[in-house]
Amino acid sequence: MENILKVNKIEKYYGSRSSLTKAIDNLSFEVEKGEFVAIMGASGSGKTTLLNCISTIDKVTSGHIFVGGVDITKLKGNDLNKFRREELGFIFQDFNLLDTLTAYENIALALSIQNASVSEIEMKIKKVAEELDIKDVLNKYPYQMSGGQKQRVASARAIVTDPKLILADEPTGALDSKSSKMLLEKFNYLDELGATILMVTHDAFTASYARRVIFIKDGKIFKEIHKGKDSRKEFFDKIIDVVTLLGGDLNDAL
Amino acid sequence: MMLCKLSLKNIKKSIKDYAIYFFTLILGVAIFYVFNALDSQTVMMDVSSSTAELIDLMMTMLSGVSVFVSFILGFLIIYASRFLIKRRNKEFGIYLTLGMSKRKISLILFFETLFIGIISLLVGLGLGVLLSQVMSLVVANMFEANLTKFAFIFSSSACIKTIVYFSIMYLLVMIFNTYSVSKCKLIDLLNGAKKAEKIKLKNPYLCMIIFLISCLVLGRAYYIVTHDFLELQEVTDVIKPIIMGAVSTFFIFWSLSGLILRIVMSIKKFYYKGLNSFTLRQFSSKINTTVFSTTIICLMLFITICLLSACLTVKNSMNANIKELAPVDAMFTTNMNMDKYYDRFRNYGYNDDQIKNAHYTPKEMFKLFNFDVTAYFKDYIEVNTYATPDLTMNHTLGSKLDSIRTQFPFLAYDTMESIMKISDYNKVAKFYGIKEYSLNSDEYMIVADFKSMVNIRNIALENGEVINLFGHTLKPKYESCQDGFLEMSSQHINTGIILVPDNIIDEEYLMQSHLIGNYKTTDKEEITNIENNINELDKDPKASVYLLPSGSTQLAIKEATTGLSAMVTFIGLYLGVIFLISSAAILGLKELSESSDNKERFKMLRKIGTDEKMINKALFRQIAIFFILPLILALIHSIFGIMFAVKVLEVFGNEQLLPSIITTAIFIVIIYGGYFLITYSCSKSIIKERY
Repeated sequence: MENILKVNKIEKYYGSRSSLTKAIDNLSFEVEKGEFVAIMGASGSGKTTLLNCISTIDKVTSGHIFVGGVDITKLKGNDLNKFRREELGFIFQDFNLLDTLTAYENIALALSIQNASVSEIEMKIKKVAEELDIKDVLNKYPYQMSGGQKQRVASARAIVTDPKLILADEPTGALDSKSSKMLLEKFNYLDELGATILMVTHDAFTASYARRVIFIKDGKIFKEIHKGKDSRKEFFDKIIDVVTLLGGDLNDAL
Repeated sequence: MMLCKLSLKNIKKSIKDYAIYFFTLILGVAIFYVFNALDSQTVMMDVSSSTAELIDLMMTMLSGVSVFVSFILGFLIIYASRFLIKRRNKEFGIYLTLGMSKRKISLILFFETLFIGIISLLVGLGLGVLLSQVMSLVVANMFEANLTKFAFIFSSSACIKTIVYFSIMYLLVMIFNTYSVSKCKLIDLLNGAKKAEKIKLKNPYLCMIIFLISCLVLGRAYYIVTHDFLELQEVTDVIKPIIMGAVSTFFIFWSLSGLILRIVMSIKKFYYKGLNSFTLRQFSSKINTTVFSTTIICLMLFITICLLSACLTVKNSMNANIKELAPVDAMFTTNMNMDKYYDRFRNYGYNDDQIKNAHYTPKEMFKLFNFDVTAYFKDYIEVNTYATPDLTMNHTLGSKLDSIRTQFPFLAYDTMESIMKISDYNKVAKFYGIKEYSLNSDEYMIVADFKSMVNIRNIALENGEVINLFGHTLKPKYESCQDGFLEMSSQHINTGIILVPDNIIDEEYLMQSHLIGNYKTTDKEEITNIENNINELDKDPKASVYLLPSGSTQLAIKEATTGLSAMVTFIGLYLGVIFLISSAAILGLKELSESSDNKERFKMLRKIGTDEKMINKALFRQIAIFFILPLILALIHSIFGIMFAVKVLEVFGNEQLLPSIITTAIFIVIIYGGYFLITYSCSKSIIKERY
């Protein structure tokens, strides 16, 4: 299988020489095309830093990250923006929808900054709206939508450009359990359609929807488990086992 | 002391937000100082006593204007500081949760205002002193005075005045801040930033209807001030179109904010291109809430444009007019046969002796005072004007009187017309170097140059109204008034002189006798001496028995004109610049605070991979729209406003309109454009983010 994401021995340090914090300490993993990977870890484990580095919002101190064969740690300026615009899709905990635009316009923005034509925009949004079941809210503003709807609109914006990799940062963090479940089922659906999703979470229930879970502690990979042929419930139990093993404050799982 | 430190740090921290505020304060202080220090610049100049009097008058006017200006600046400062406080609600919320008392927060604000006040006053005064050095050149040029020596001028009185005025303003700001802090609630402070923005699209049909109605009302207002101009007799008549204009301006912005979005949204190719949808939504979400302030800014710009161009026109035209309208050195006039209209003249404040003795020409009258004025003249002429109760405007307008009277009910139709022999007038015209005329024995003509009167008289002349004078019937030679004048002046104020053939004049009706001449000397000082001597004659006891000839001399007219034009120019500049920086500063501050609010939005755009160039473009457009929109409407207003002003200022002439409009445009481009660029670059640095 083709490697979409290859993280190779990256390190990220914060602070000065006298008081050095290693947020990420020699971390490597790979994500294959079409995979749905969850990264779990407690607050301060380095999972958000990792996501920021992959999304080029932050820069690694050393090591390399390859997305679709391109070393993104070498990109600069507008190449970075171009990469983010064309290769990545983002889903944030707090949705990050523009409150002045309707759902439709929010999704369209991702395409229009790539200079897509009006007909292309219309067609793609129609398709993605059906997939994510948000046809009814397309003409609504964010303040008129529920949290779940907002997150699905944000997801639609993330996938409408057909990115190589979708990055989700605690996508269920601000949602109630019902909306979370609905969103995660949509993620599974997208996964079946062939999307590659990398999701960061500290919630075992959310992680149990992924096909593989990578646990991070103190900037290093602690453990990695695969769903294989397990049911979601069985996978959830396995995750809880690891969480128990991890201890600390990652025991707020469902 | 801790609070002091905190305030200083706050200022340093939010210097980006404060930059425009600071800049405006400094400019305000500097301008205030410069205009109040104008008189000190004239001290070292070589000016005559009458000019000095005019300068005194100008300074009185300017200090009156200063009070008005300080009101505007006071409002601006309070508005700006309220704005900046709002931006820091969260910070105050944190202080309060930490247990700081509201009194202490007020104290922090007090220190901040104090620091900002002191710094801006010092810097502003420094800048003002420098600027006033430049200004002294302008003043010297304006009064055509010789800059005898260049000296560094510092006006301590202006300095003290500036400090007092601005201290009062800052004190008011402090009181206002304390009040607003004491009123606020903790929960609002902490949640202030999180207000959910509701977007409501306006009904497009309603917008359309309101837009059309506003345009019609505005059009009507334009029409009133330009076409029905002569019907505007009273102040209330002028206020009506002003209110119409202001209200329709508001509704045009209101409806336009809805319409523009609707229209552009329907052009999908444009709307869904790059960040256009984002920019437009930003614009419309804001204009919903800022229609009122946009209106105010638009109106202030309008006033600025009209004020500046009108004042500059008056100044330029007045100076140009002198050469044309005061072509010779001096003209002296005595009233003749005053006893014929005894009662009237007594009402004017002349005594019985003066009225009885009013039978001498100026030359004879001066002789009575043992003063031979002709001795000073290189050449001179003597002419007479006549008047009779049998020829008033009631008669000259003839059959057109009634229709004209209904249109202009306030003209004095009973005033006797001035009548001149054609030969006398031609003598004057030859002396002045203006056009001479000829008449047949049964013809008359009217010379006039005051446009409004010319228009009225032309109605009658076109109709060929005949007049009856001293038993003769005369018909008009021309169908319109001809250009010409007798009295020297700095403006076109000749409302009309009836020229008739010499032979029909009855000397009984001699009204005034004029002596017009050029001095032998061209030296300004000598002329001043001669004229001072003439003025001294007033102290002669004979002056209570014999009425001294009244004089109007080129020198006096010139001095009055330069004084007046300088006054007009300085007041126009003062108010114009203050209005301009006030409106630009309000816009700038608003946009800057919007930019801080939009920081999150731009951050988001970056996260989804928008190019820096695209973001800057969007920001630029967003700010540009907000700066340009009120300017466009203000410009349209100004076209009609200036047309109106031109008519009001007709007497001054309006030949110099174009250069003043160009000067005004330069002012606006520099100040308004400058504010725009500063706002843009500050906004850019606010939304800029470092990874």
